[in-house]
Amino acid sequence: MNTATAPAEAFNAVATAAIWTTVCTLDDLIPRTGACALVRGKQIAVVRPNDSDQLYALSNYDPFSKAFVISRGIVGDKGGIPKITSPIYKQGFDLRSGQCLDDPTVKLPTYPVRVVNGQVELLA
Amino acid sequence: MISQKNLVVIGNGMVGHRFLELAVEAGLNHSFNIITFCEEPRYAYDRVYLSSYFSGKTAEDLSLLSKPDYYQANGIHVHLGDKATLIDRAAKTVTSANGVTLSYDVLVLATGSFPFVPPIPGNDAKGCFVYRTIEDLDAMKAWAAKCTTGVVIGGGLLGLECASALKNMGLKTNVVEFAPRLMTVQVDDGGGALLKNKIESLGVKVHLNKSTTNIAKKDDGTVDKLVFADKSELPTEMVVFSAGIRPRDELAKSSGLLMGQRGGVVVDDNCRTSDPAIFAIGEVALHQNRIYGLVAPGYHMAKVAVDAIGGAPKPATFTGFHMSTKLKLMGVDVGSFGDAFAATPGSHVVAFTDSKNEVYKKLVLSPDRKTLLGGILVGDASTYGSLHQFMLNKVALPPNPEDLILPVRDGGKPVGMGPEHLPDAATICSCHNVTKGTICDAITQQKCMEVGAIKSCTKAGTGCGSCVTLMKDILKYELKRAGVEVKNHVCEHFPYSRQELYSLVRLHSHKTFEALIAAHGTGLGCEICKPTVGSILASAWNDHILEKKHAPLQDTNDRFLANIQRDGTYSVIPRVAGGEITPDQLIALGVVAKKYNLYSKITGGQRVDLFGARVEQLPFIWEELIAAGFESGHAYGKALRTVKSCVGSTWCRFGVQDAVGLAITVENRYKGLRSPHKLKSAVSGCARECAEAQSKDFGIIATDKGYNLYVCGNGGMKPQHAQLLAADLSEAEVIKYTDRFLMFYVRTADRLERTAWWFNKLDGGMDYLKDVILNDKLDICAELEREMQHVVDTYQDEWKTAVNDPQKRKQFRAFINSDAADPSVVMASERGQPRPATWDEKVEIMSTLVPT
Ligand code: SRM
Ligand SMILES: Cc1cc2nc3c(=O)[nH]c(=O)nc-3n(C[C@H](O)[C@H](O)[C@H](O)COP(=O)(O)OP(=O)(O)OC[C@H]3O[C@@H](n4cnc5c(N)ncnc54)[C@H](O)[C@@H]3O)c2cc1C
Ligand code: SF4
Ligand code: FES
Repeated sequence: MNTATAPAEAFNAVATAAIWTTVCTLDDLIPRTGACALVRGKQIAVVRPNDSDQLYALSNYDPFSKAFVISRGIVGDKGGIPKITSPIYKQGFDLRSGQCLDDPTVKLPTYPVRVVNGQVELLA
Repeated sequence: MISQKNLVVIGNGMVGHRFLELAVEAGLNHSFNIITFCEEPRYAYDRVYLSSYFSGKTAEDLSLLSKPDYYQANGIHVHLGDKATLIDRAAKTVTSANGVTLSYDVLVLATGSFPFVPPIPGNDAKGCFVYRTIEDLDAMKAWAAKCTTGVVIGGGLLGLECASALKNMGLKTNVVEFAPRLMTVQVDDGGGALLKNKIESLGVKVHLNKSTTNIAKKDDGTVDKLVFADKSELPTEMVVFSAGIRPRDELAKSSGLLMGQRGGVVVDDNCRTSDPAIFAIGEVALHQNRIYGLVAPGYHMAKVAVDAIGGAPKPATFTGFHMSTKLKLMGVDVGSFGDAFAATPGSHVVAFTDSKNEVYKKLVLSPDRKTLLGGILVGDASTYGSLHQFMLNKVALPPNPEDLILPVRDGGKPVGMGPEHLPDAATICSCHNVTKGTICDAITQQKCMEVGAIKSCTKAGTGCGSCVTLMKDILKYELKRAGVEVKNHVCEHFPYSRQELYSLVRLHSHKTFEALIAAHGTGLGCEICKPTVGSILASAWNDHILEKKHAPLQDTNDRFLANIQRDGTYSVIPRVAGGEITPDQLIALGVVAKKYNLYSKITGGQRVDLFGARVEQLPFIWEELIAAGFESGHAYGKALRTVKSCVGSTWCRFGVQDAVGLAITVENRYKGLRSPHKLKSAVSGCARECAEAQSKDFGIIATDKGYNLYVCGNGGMKPQHAQLLAADLSEAEVIKYTDRFLMFYVRTADRLERTAWWFNKLDGGMDYLKDVILNDKLDICAELEREMQHVVDTYQDEWKTAVNDPQKRKQFRAFINSDAADPSVVMASERGQPRPATWDEKVEIMSTLVPT
């Protein structure tokens, strides 16, 4: 498939095989918060739930408010399940699976994420 | 094992679905193949709350299925989007529009009803609608987007709901009713007049005694106007018919079942039709010459039919139903139940009308005045639940039944109507037939401590919703009786109330959330305790809230020092102390708004709000505002908002003090103070009170001798007047007592508790508050003043610090790896200003962005 895209299509998710992309350094992520990365048109919330290099990545799209805001939510846990809460209507999402904790029918896509030599990489 | 017998249900509406649920509960899915025909393109949804589709609920939100795969999981086969077209009773088969033919052993008709469209010439004009399905609403929405006016024909329960929906879509809305009053079925003349006033005060024009004779069309076939029998006319671009319902009995009729004279499938007390293999339930069924157009009787019929089909040992029967309804419109309280029109021979009526407060209440009593037969409530339906229960359970009335509806005079005690008066057998939820006993069991045996838990445990409250208030009362009463201390813990992470956390922070000088949770809590925290502790730390130590250690605690508004909007953009509100603003500042606001294409609006708080800023634009916008002399308005924080003022003695011929001057002093003193909830204030220059100080958390009104200080007022959801704390104060005294008052509130209130709510729970009321603030009864005033002075001395403009500190400024980006803007933020234009594009307007771009 031709992967050269016109500039106007830069945001459109192109259906090519996922690749690892470096998005920032670990230090760029404030512990206990999220930030949004833009990877080949996809908006991905990268969440750092504590001081360590443990990270989670899930879609930044909040299906309840239909806005791209998940990364701006509060990070915490519910009965030990690590979660992020949508900043608009406050639904919680399991950071590990993307499962919505308030509505069993909703699940956010998740993405593999890793730290290599202090660089944060996403597979998307 | 595959069973051989087929149970076929035609219609997958509210009652059809309830039937299937009850059939599964009774195990009928093991003895039958259950197959259902669903004409609509989606499974059963909550028609009762259909109107909420206009206020943002989606079709999925309205779905009645407990799980999306509920039918599959229980072996129920659904023919979705397929309509049954023929019943062959001799062959015992059903044929559908898609060509399916199935044999049945038992057939259930749950086809509901359709909206009646009066045979008025022109009723087929483009722009004429009915209000029954999600598709109807989609069509109305699309059409309404191009209109400015609309008419609802029919002023019944549904018509009024529909009118409110049109109104909310921004149309100039009219209701046309043939009868001399609204809601003729539920409300009598006494209540009707009040109801009309209430509806009109919502901005809906009501036309009574109007018989529509013609709907005139424009050349292109669209609706032009209504013409009435009295020759008057009403121009409109849209018409919705809500003139009653008719049973969808066409299938039954063509198959030769016994029908009522005016339609409806005749059923007996077991919901069986004239053919013993066929049942009819819900709005299509005619029982003793009556059609029931409500869910509760339909749900009961579903139960009756399941019992009959399953051969239950003690089958429920349908012997009629008390009709009761409550209108679901915000701001219009109407309830009607039982024999509301006193049709019972020998019955008595007691009624109460208060035209000033627009309240009408009527009770219909049994001939011996011992029990309640029915009633009507307009303007105040808060006792609907209890009165309805009095009727259903034939509870003996107090000696003077009128006490149940008369307002309580000062010092008097309300007549006991609490849940303790109801027997355990009392049906609390008639939709799901749940008794008080079952609810009490859920509370005491199954440990349901919140209404939500009772709902999922018993289903009570999940139908029409009218019983929820009563459920709450029962819960409260039962918890109290069981001696359960209603815990005030902020959340699962801290076994403490906000007040206790505040003391712990002060006592141990905890400076961070991490330190506090390590010492006194468990887990990682959540969206409840983090902002609560963030606010406490700010009240106590006043660090910048975006310090690395504090940023993760802040709710999104505080986190970005701006208020988030529905599309993920933010609004910007600079402080305009006392509402005083220079021409140059006005120009500066205009320049910034224009440059960043921001929607501009004067707020209700005497300042200007600029909407639609993208997150990465915020620091740039603020840089320019700061250069023009503005600072943060804290509209995003649980903090001091505005101190409104009137022009006062400087200009006004009545003013006795400089209201603007004092308002500016007060606003500048308390700006930045973080508190349990937002704080608002106002200063008026004389007793005429143009600044509305008595609706504020603290309000100041000028007198000849100085100022009166009022506290604990509230506008908003539940308005409450502020009360006088002290009179004829000097400016210095105003500040001293306000310092004490505010810090005492910050110390002791619960999270998200405005001063008025806090005050209402304060033991000892105003006398106690005066003792603490004026007489220093607790010996804490010096401390309170010191704590306030610390906050005042450490004030910084949060925005100025944020734009000048690279570390903080970095947090304001849409993407951590790109300077691009979020492409999902799209603006449209309205009245010459930007507004967020609707989903439909930006569907193309969204379809490329939303992950699948
Ligand atoms: C902008 C404004 C409406 C306007 O266009 O005029 C407004 C807008 C909001 N109000 Fe308000 N209120 C605004 C004046 C008011 C007033 C009038 C006043 O202050 O004189 C009231 C009634 C007075 C009172 O609060 O006692 C008011 C009572 C509320 C309430 C109900 C509070 C209550 O105790 O019942 C809420 C909900 C809440 O705070 O929980 C609320 C909440 C909100 C929120 C924050 C809702 C939200 O979470 O998104 C709105 C967001 C503002 C934004 O995005 O910028 N707003 N709101 C007004 C901003 C004033 C300002 O300059 O800061
Ligand atoms: C806006 C609105 C507000 C309301 N508010 C209230 C309220 O506050 N309180 C209250 O008690 N009630 C209220 N109601 C009434 C309540 O919704 C109805 O009483 C209830 O939906 C009746 O259920 P039903 O299953 O009999 O009919 P419906 O819910 O109408 O279901 C019938 C279904 O059968 C389908 N069908 C018909 N014929 C066929 C066929 N031949 N083949 C296949 N499918 C077929 C129809 O398409 C429909 O989906 C309201 C109704 C509306 C429209
Ligand atoms: S409150 Fe009194 S001083 Fe202020 S504007 Fe009104 S009339 Fe004038
Ligand atoms: S009475 Fe309708 S939900 Fe309970």
